[in-house]
Amino acid sequence: MQLNWGFMEKYLPMYIDAAILTVKIAFGGILFSLITGFICAIVRYYKIPILNGIAIVYIELSRNTPLLVQLFFLYFGLPKIGVVLSAEACAIIGVTFLGGSYMAESIRSGFESIDKVQLESAASLDLGPWLTMKEVVFPQAIAVSVPGICANVIFLIKETSVVSGIALADLMYVTKDLIGLYYETDEALLMLVIFYLIILLPISIIASVLERRLRYAGFGD
Amino acid sequence: MENKVQLKINNLRKRFGTEVVLDGINLTVNKGEVVVVLGPSGCGKSTLLRCMNGLEAISEGEILLDGEKITAGSKEITKLRQKIGMVFQSYDLFPHKNILDNVTLAPIKVQKIPRKEAEERAEKLLRRVGLWKKRKAFPRELSGGQKQRAAIVRALCMNPEVMLFDEVTAALDPQMVREVLNVMLELAEGGMTMVIVTHEMQFARAVADKIIFLEKGKITEEAEPEEFFTNPKTETAKEFLQSFVYEKHKIQ
Ligand SMILES: Nc1ncnc2c1ncn2[C@@H]1O[C@H](COP(=O)(O)OP(=O)(O)OP(=O)(O)O)[C@@H](O)[C@H]1O
Ligand SMILES: [Mg+2]
Repeated sequence: MQLNWGFMEKYLPMYIDAAILTVKIAFGGILFSLITGFICAIVRYYKIPILNGIAIVYIELSRNTPLLVQLFFLYFGLPKIGVVLSAEACAIIGVTFLGGSYMAESIRSGFESIDKVQLESAASLDLGPWLTMKEVVFPQAIAVSVPGICANVIFLIKETSVVSGIALADLMYVTKDLIGLYYETDEALLMLVIFYLIILLPISIIASVLERRLRYAGFGD
Repeated sequence: MENKVQLKINNLRKRFGTEVVLDGINLTVNKGEVVVVLGPSGCGKSTLLRCMNGLEAISEGEILLDGEKITAGSKEITKLRQKIGMVFQSYDLFPHKNILDNVTLAPIKVQKIPRKEAEERAEKLLRRVGLWKKRKAFPRELSGGQKQRAAIVRALCMNPEVMLFDEVTAALDPQMVREVLNVMLELAEGGMTMVIVTHEMQFARAVADKIIFLEKGKITEEAEPEEFFTNPKTETAKEFLQSFVYEKHKIQ
């Protein structure tokens, strides 16, 4: 196979810009997913009335609709009721909407893994819900939640590829564009894969180091 | 011993669904008194202790601590928890904190005592149970007996007026039971008001000022230990005590 190096060199800056956009959307989306997920996990864990029901509906809705549909709703649907958001904002909100539910379930599974007697000890020391969460539940739960959270992070970065559907020039969009214009399919795809690997591999490595660290730091008996 | 009433339970009832687990409990615990609760499995011993510590909401009746009425779900439940320390059967230390942090967590965060003062309090108590050297160790690095002693110290560090013990030696290897019971005996001698659930009959006899025998959620006997162990009044109590006696010729 003969690769057209000149082509690749020429469009490299475009890929770099696209990669930056992908990272920006992913980073924003993941950050807000974690916040959303944490709030939902707390609401679900403490079964806070009303909010618990809302969280359940949100989680089901988010997990059972494709991200692209969520994006279309934000990008094409909302303007019809007068809410116009930039494509980038839509993308970040979309990733947050999707990721929040996955993060919520990972974080909650960590909370749920804490033995009941731990909660009772905390209660008998009169720690109260906030201190119990902060001092007892969260520090132990995080070790259980981290593998799931890391898997979600990687999943969400890959999911960002669908934002090309609302005309954002991310990696996927640039690639499709170049293939459509110049038929340099091999080169364009190769660069797509390389750029995703550049983004994802370090994260994957950090994730596995983190998981191993947490496992060895295991304090359970 | 002074005869000041420390804890009073009036007509306490506890239901789980339709099952009545505690059925009209009346109990008075004087200051410095040690009450041992005995009874067959499932008679409601743990539930009684858990109600006393506000871990279970009570269905009917009331608990008075120092004459102050405490009803479940009320704000005063907090007072109950700070004045009443509880130790459970399973080692319930926080596994991610070292022993000193386990012990000082609640005094610092809940009672808002300066760290230095809390650590001084902890040092005194940990030295007393021989665990000061282990203060930097994590629970997983301790034996079962050491963990239970640390759990006792953790409850004591709140300066409670009453201590509740629910079968704290039941999960221990026999050679470790002694070290934990010794700590409890020492506490009793020091004048701590205690309510103890145990299956160690020798210990119960030695430590108790009063024995309570619980049967299907009711107190069927209340007596001094000598009286209870030598001359139990109810059939169930007799059978219960008999179950701890091993006689060769009785086994076919
Ligand atoms: N959370 C609960 N929900 C429903 N039933 C319960 C609950 N906790 C206890 N019970 C029931 O209450 C009764 C008394 O239980 P409890 O644990 O107080 O007995 P116990 O005397 O401590 O027994 P053991 O000696 O085995 O520890 C049992 O029949 C038990 O099944
Ligand atoms: Mg019990």
